[in-house]
Amino acid sequence: MQIYLPIAEVSVNAFLLLGLGGIVGVLSGMFGVGGGFLMTPLLFFIGIPPAVAVATEANQIVASSFSGVLAHLRRRNVDLRMGTVLLVGGLIGAALGVVIFNTLKAMGQVDLLVRLSYVVFLGAVGGLMFVESLRAIRRSKSAPGAPPQRRKHSWVHALPFKMKFRVSGLYISVIPPILVGISVGILAAIMGVGGGFIMVPAMIYLLGMPTKVVVGTSLFQIIFVTAFTTLLHAVTNFTVDIVLAVLLLIGGVIGAQIGTRIGTRLKAEQLRILLAIMVLAVCGRLALDLLLTPTELYELGREGHA
Amino acid sequence: MIRLTLLLIALALPLKAEEVVLGLSQDEVAITATFDGSDLLIFGAVKREAPIPADAPLGVVMAIAGPSEPVTVRRKERRFGIWVNAQAVEVDSAPSFYAVATSGPLGEVLREVEDLRHEITVPRAIRSVGAPAGVTDSEAFTRALIRIRAGDGLYQVLEGAVDLEEETLFRASVRLPANLTEGDYRTRIFLTRDGRIVDIYETAIPVNKVGLERWLYELAHDRPLIYGLMSLFIAIAAGWGASAAFSVLRR
Repeated sequence: MQIYLPIAEVSVNAFLLLGLGGIVGVLSGMFGVGGGFLMTPLLFFIGIPPAVAVATEANQIVASSFSGVLAHLRRRNVDLRMGTVLLVGGLIGAALGVVIFNTLKAMGQVDLLVRLSYVVFLGAVGGLMFVESLRAIRRSKSAPGAPPQRRKHSWVHALPFKMKFRVSGLYISVIPPILVGISVGILAAIMGVGGGFIMVPAMIYLLGMPTKVVVGTSLFQIIFVTAFTTLLHAVTNFTVDIVLAVLLLIGGVIGAQIGTRIGTRLKAEQLRILLAIMVLAVCGRLALDLLLTPTELYELGREGHA
Repeated sequence: MIRLTLLLIALALPLKAEEVVLGLSQDEVAITATFDGSDLLIFGAVKREAPIPADAPLGVVMAIAGPSEPVTVRRKERRFGIWVNAQAVEVDSAPSFYAVATSGPLGEVLREVEDLRHEITVPRAIRSVGAPAGVTDSEAFTRALIRIRAGDGLYQVLEGAVDLEEETLFRASVRLPANLTEGDYRTRIFLTRDGRIVDIYETAIPVNKVGLERWLYELAHDRPLIYGLMSLFIAIAAGWGASAAFSVLRR
């Protein structure tokens, strides 16, 4: 059944969108990731204009993270204080990101910006994850060695403006979390992702937060930053397509339930290496588009002033 | 003086011996939620007072044009190993949709002079005034515009697609693709004899989003903040509802 998307102004098969939402949902359920970084490139591949894909995906992430945040709040796994500090950074970052996005849009380079960001981030994250999980598998096969030492005191602890984060059991400066928030906000606005795949490692390794509260706190930040991003894109670019978002969402929620069940049956290292391979595959496809000589050298700007 | 005028009128009248009477399969095109393109059937007849002239065969040319707007055409170039948008040319005015249907080969049913005067074929319907400094081949950009839009089914040249019977009845079917721009689609029918235009008929077919599509589109552009808030609310409600439904099912 073809459906005409009012904002994207293209006609797409509704079942294709439900299916895409479902597949990404299964993956996000399996791996416990948001899935925005997979969904946005897939939307490019089926012909949704990148500006619409990014803005709509931000809207979808708000919705798909909402029930997750509620669950974590009930279990008291959210450091609200840390979340708020990250959020302040995130809002600044999102505003910056939308300004960058709109400036490059006016220059006709927004596609390039979005694609390049994806290639760089997917390449880096996928590569790191791949190497890391290979190492983990090798380690589990050989004799279990000593667990990696974590430095207790780093430069993070030497900065001013310290603040007490009771839930995380931390007494650190607010500068690093604000910077983490800003960079995640920029990514959210430019790439249409929640940024969990950057924020979670940063919270664990850079800020030294306990793993228990990391996911809940990051979801808390993501939900507000992506909501803000959605509004900014809606007001400045008119690119949020609610019909597209709802279709992806319904598929996504159903897929996530299935994915969670599959995830419990697989080993963590195997899961991670699978995810790494998938991330690298999407990255490779996007990189090829940039590297290979395109069949059509010319491109039309939407409405002349796009 | 009056006699002279009357004489002139009497002389002028036979020039318009043949006239178009037109019908359309639909008066307007509505873009609904399940819009997947549409076939537009244009049919008509030639009304004449005198017998069919025998000197030259009759030709019919139809031109359907969507609203015109400026378009930026960008060309990619390889820089630092990757393909990026480099040069850009602003085409001043190009129709968002354009179809030309004829009853015979274009060269036979329409003279170059008439095409130039009435801007009938695709390249004539596009207006590109100047290229920015540094771009020497601005025609290549216009050609690319036509090529890309033709690939999307937005520009069509349908030679011989008009069925003409007994030099009186004619009809043609034009496929409107799904990605139509809203607006009035200017439809012109030209009757030609020996490539010279003997009559022109003009009408407009409105193409509009309707119902939910229209409402969402207008809200998104007129009240973007309310639309954004509504999008967030709907999405959260849908996501929450779906996962709540799932947890009920599991019990």
